[in-house]
Amino acid sequence: MEQLVQKLKEEIIEALNLSEMKPGQIDEKAPLFVDGLGLDSIDALELTVLLEKKYGLKILTAEEGKKVLYSVHSMSEFITANKKA
Amino acid sequence: MLGDKTGIQLAEDQRIAPEPFYASLVEPSLLQQKFKAIGDPGLYTRFEQMAICSVREALSNVAFNPEDPGTLFILSTTKGNIDLLEKENEQKLGKERLYLWDTARLIQRFFNFRNEPVVISNACISGVQAVITGVRLIRAGLYENVIINGTDIISEFVFSGFNSFKSLSTGPCRPFDRTRDGLSIGEGSGTLVLSKTRPQADASKLIVALDGISSNDANHISGPSRTGEGLFIAIDHLLKRNPLALDYISAHGTATPYNDEMESIAITRAGLQSVPINSFKGYWGHTLGAAGIIETIMCVSSIRNNVLYNTMGFHETGVSNPLNIIDRVINREINSCLKIASGFGGCNAAVLLCKK
Amino acid sequence: MSEFYIISDYCSIRDHEVVLHGKSVYNHADSGLQDLLTGIYQYFAVSYPKFYKMDKLSKLGFLTAELLLRNKNIHQQYAGNEVGIFLMNASSSLDTDRNHQHSILDRNNYFPSPAVFVYTLPNIVIGEISIRHKFTGEGTFFIQEKFNPPFLVHYIKELLAQGVIQCCIAGWVETDGQNYESVLYLIEKTDRPNAGIANFEPTSIQRIFDNEK
Repeated sequence: MEQLVQKLKEEIIEALNLSEMKPGQIDEKAPLFVDGLGLDSIDALELTVLLEKKYGLKILTAEEGKKVLYSVHSMSEFITANKKA
Repeated sequence: MLGDKTGIQLAEDQRIAPEPFYASLVEPSLLQQKFKAIGDPGLYTRFEQMAICSVREALSNVAFNPEDPGTLFILSTTKGNIDLLEKENEQKLGKERLYLWDTARLIQRFFNFRNEPVVISNACISGVQAVITGVRLIRAGLYENVIINGTDIISEFVFSGFNSFKSLSTGPCRPFDRTRDGLSIGEGSGTLVLSKTRPQADASKLIVALDGISSNDANHISGPSRTGEGLFIAIDHLLKRNPLALDYISAHGTATPYNDEMESIAITRAGLQSVPINSFKGYWGHTLGAAGIIETIMCVSSIRNNVLYNTMGFHETGVSNPLNIIDRVINREINSCLKIASGFGGCNAAVLLCKK
Repeated sequence: MSEFYIISDYCSIRDHEVVLHGKSVYNHADSGLQDLLTGIYQYFAVSYPKFYKMDKLSKLGFLTAELLLRNKNIHQQYAGNEVGIFLMNASSSLDTDRNHQHSILDRNNYFPSPAVFVYTLPNIVIGEISIRHKFTGEGTFFIQEKFNPPFLVHYIKELLAQGVIQCCIAGWVETDGQNYESVLYLIEKTDRPNAGIANFEPTSIQRIFDNEK
């Protein structure tokens, strides 16, 4: 899970062009939206593209999206859970 | 067409999207037939054929000579011949045609317009902005007549982009409706002629494009402002400069959850919540760079014919600020109309039309 | 009281160089466009993380406007809705359009990006400048084969005369592959006849545009 979290942080930085950030600066439990990184609606869409592109996972509803994309930690849990299935 | 039928249908075209999609498409055989009568379809792109057919029809009604030096042509479009980015198309007609100024010049040459055309590419407000710009150019004494064509085509490029925004509806769009879930993509072409010269026709058909303004939300490049900032500023500024009683508002009304909500906020902030308002997008979808022209033409039609057209796709209000949404055809004297539009980049525009 | 329209300042980014008010303030010979833009951003300590999300056209326009307005305190003189932005180019957003097209080429690797798609409209540059500087005035993006000072000048003069705007940023912002060029002017009204760099006329706009080459 640790490895996945680290990998995800790097992928998020790349996908969202957060060029001035380092993975170590992202708190995996902190909210990605509103507070924390303060990402916006385009970032949210890009993260769903990332999940699909890199992990083959689709988010089906807006509600699911809110839960899955809450934090890096929730994203990694989603990936881990669906890989097992 | 208006009243009870929509032009938005479930289409299947693998070149545009892998799955069937809702859109309002121009029937290719109809276009070919129409264009064959005036030009060689092999030499012109779909976009150009649509634009040329539209301009030609508009010019058949004007009282001035379009080739005279006091006439300007403005093209309003978001993407022009963007389908030429597809390799096979590029090879057929050359990649210069991708440049919007080149497309505008081609139309200029077809009609022998004297002046270098102007292209306005300003997202979904392009059409309304073009009307505003045209009015100002004539008022400044720079031109006597301005011919404005607004055209955009449906392409895989555009469809895939809106799809990536998850902003497309699951059926024909439902502006301002409680169950609205996105926009329907459309394509089309409309031509409006602004002129200082009085046409020979019936004086009662004269509609004045009075004034217009655009404004930026200064908030986000794709999401509408939660306070409807730019749209409110444009409307407020416009009505302060031109105080008059409004009989009708033609909304942008794309039927995305956020746009319609934002419009309801801006309109209410401007104190216009009881003015009858509709959206045309349920009839032929969102035609992007053509929308502002096609919908302004419909406003002209409303004023001339003293009729308010119902908002196709609307059944029950779904915006937090209740508006006076037109839900059936109403025959009533219409003397003035406000046309509004909003677009990516935080832009918003408003233009006033009235009877002479 | 007479009213004069003047070019009070200008900034250009082209040929690896930033020129502000007639002086070269940054030069990075032989750098590609992306590196040049990043170099300018860092050198002038712009500090605006959203910069990295922009496409090349927006970065170019954004930085030119940023340097043009630096040390101007524009908000002390004008309300946000009094400042207009009028830009022009030849290629629209073709550069980014090609990127988006590339992402939809292969149906088996089909991941169009909303962050790319949003920049496939040239007026997004105006949006980015507006957001950064909180300008809520009128703006329009025009497409012309070549920079067209007579059109821009006569149109903007009408807007200033009508009071639609009180000042504006206007000019040319163009990228097409590795070609790039941006020249932005700050246009203001004044009651002093010989203020600013030059009077706001097509000849002076063109002269400034050409001088730098």
